[in-house]
Amino acid sequence: MTKLMEIRHASKIFGQKTITGKQKQSTVALNDFTMTVQEAPPTITAVVGESGSGKTTLVRLLLGLTSPTSGEVLYRGTDIRKLSKDAQIQFLRDVQTIMQDPYEVYNPFYKVDHVLKVPIEKFKLAKSPAEAQTLMEESLSAVGLRPDDTLGRHPHQLSGGQRQRIMVARALLIRPRLIIADEPVSMVDASLRATILESLRKLHDDFGISMLYITHDLTTAYQISRNIIVLYRGDVAEVGDVDLVVRQPLHPYTQLLIESIPVIDLSQTWKKEKLDDESQSVASVPSQGCRFANRCPHVMDICRQQAPPLYRTDEGRAVSCFLYKENPVLGNRGLDEVLEATQGTVASAAD
Amino acid sequence: MVNTVDDIQTASKRIDTAPVLTVNGLSVYYHTSRGAVKAVENVSFDIRAHERLGLVGESGSGKSTIALALLRMIKPPGRIETGEVILDGTDLVRLSEEQMRSMRLNKIALVAQGAMNSLNPVVKIKPQLIDGMKDHDIGLNDKQMDARVYELLDSVGLRKDVADMYPHELSGGMKQRVCIAIAISLRPKLIIADEPTSALDVVVQRQVMDTLLKVQEDLGASILLIGHDMGLMAQVADRVGIMYAGEFAEVSQSADLFSDPLHPYSQLLINSLPSIEHKGTLKGIPGLPPSLLDRPSGCAFRQRCPFAFDRCEAEEPPLREIRPNRLVSCHLY
Repeated sequence: MTKLMEIRHASKIFGQKTITGKQKQSTVALNDFTMTVQEAPPTITAVVGESGSGKTTLVRLLLGLTSPTSGEVLYRGTDIRKLSKDAQIQFLRDVQTIMQDPYEVYNPFYKVDHVLKVPIEKFKLAKSPAEAQTLMEESLSAVGLRPDDTLGRHPHQLSGGQRQRIMVARALLIRPRLIIADEPVSMVDASLRATILESLRKLHDDFGISMLYITHDLTTAYQISRNIIVLYRGDVAEVGDVDLVVRQPLHPYTQLLIESIPVIDLSQTWKKEKLDDESQSVASVPSQGCRFANRCPHVMDICRQQAPPLYRTDEGRAVSCFLYKENPVLGNRGLDEVLEATQGTVASAAD
Repeated sequence: MVNTVDDIQTASKRIDTAPVLTVNGLSVYYHTSRGAVKAVENVSFDIRAHERLGLVGESGSGKSTIALALLRMIKPPGRIETGEVILDGTDLVRLSEEQMRSMRLNKIALVAQGAMNSLNPVVKIKPQLIDGMKDHDIGLNDKQMDARVYELLDSVGLRKDVADMYPHELSGGMKQRVCIAIAISLRPKLIIADEPTSALDVVVQRQVMDTLLKVQEDLGASILLIGHDMGLMAQVADRVGIMYAGEFAEVSQSADLFSDPLHPYSQLLINSLPSIEHKGTLKGIPGLPPSLLDRPSGCAFRQRCPFAFDRCEAEEPPLREIRPNRLVSCHLY
């Protein structure tokens, strides 16, 4: 297994400075996060959390758009800030991203061909214009678009779903090793959402591309990913095999998230129990201890004194909660131990 | 939230009462240089007292246009072409601008999609709550007004001291609750909630939704809930109208609709939803909605419909009650 990307003990702290330069207070967006994305076998890992959980910070760190306050982000073993020119070009090719908003990524003055042509030119993917054309048509067909209906049009002539699928086609064209999809379907209509997710899954299955699927929507995460990482205020709450985490959540926060999803099956209604009320606790993130303590129905004294480590409750799952403290603490390889274990289980199950 | 026998009875009671709002033959067009975009075409429905009616559809299906039309807030180039909107015996379409102004907030109120961004960032919460009440001149003195503000905050589950805070001191969910408090400040008959929680996280969404439903029950108001989250609709609405290309495809009680959708579009839409229960291939609906500039003849859904036959092209299916409380516009039935 070659390590494509690694994040080692990365933290990102945003300090708010006042105009006079005084340090006011700091926000920990991501706290001591360690994880490896292997080149092979390809996996789909979902990163789930609500606003402020650190998921976008994680994306920005991986893409090198922001640097960690402490810790490292490595691409094939080298800090992404210190890549040689060639390695940097390789990095830009290997790691592609699909952003949330299918409207803002396009320049309205260019035809949509532009977003496909630029990477072909930059990475010299085609030897002739005819080959470039074939390449574009192939990748559009692979995501279920008809090239005739798509090429030569301006962005405003296409629907949000079509535009987002063109972005998937663009990512495919470059043949990356990893696609980071940051909320790719949150702005797309329900009927098209399924189509886009299916084309992402197809890229993974047919072309062996790994994927980090960043979302706040547990339902779609459950559908397309193998592993899931649940973030809460910059910390990992629960990590592991998606079937374990979603079907039998252990962390009280994951349980709350899953209970809160409105489902169309009317035999399962929202419980009418009194919810923890965010409005009653304005200062809801404690400065020490478990970050979920103020909202947690099972809070104990220890939760307010120290932050819980990740306890390995199952072969393919770890939970950061003192309720499970009889289990062994995850070793210093962190999330990787669990994530690799789930690959093992799935692979052996397939045999 | 239908979960016990009692609840089912109250839900059907809600449905059997007299209408608060009746919409007849409403059409709204946006006039562009390329012709009229028929955003809402000949739509009729009613909302009964205490009822929660949901409107779902893809973007461009006309659901938000209906909300704006009921409030008479369609801006040019949009225009209400035909139809009547009868609220509590008054046809809103015929009112003068000034008369309509007094109806808004008073009889019919809106909780908008990004409502939390509609609060004035440099004004504290209290004056923003009072603003509408003052404008409608409900005749309270300052002291009574203060008391009313605290009462409103309390009813949406916010503490008193929120009154003296600025919007940036509140979380998204709290701001949305302030907007609910503003919407109910004059005890309207009908609350229109246009995607009231779509910008919020699931946990907060559920809290805000619970708040909205609680105040609706306390007031005895009806609610028109607009959104595209089918799960939320299933949990909240008594009846749901599924819109497609500016018309209703189906209007059914939500329990029936989600267990046994009748219109092919409803079926495909419900089947396309990813489930948290079991994994499977994700099936989208192939094709795109028709252009509203140039509507196809016959049924608007026929080009994407797996069951389309010749009659679908020749004549437009009317919305008919094919079973009790189930209106479907499809030639299959």
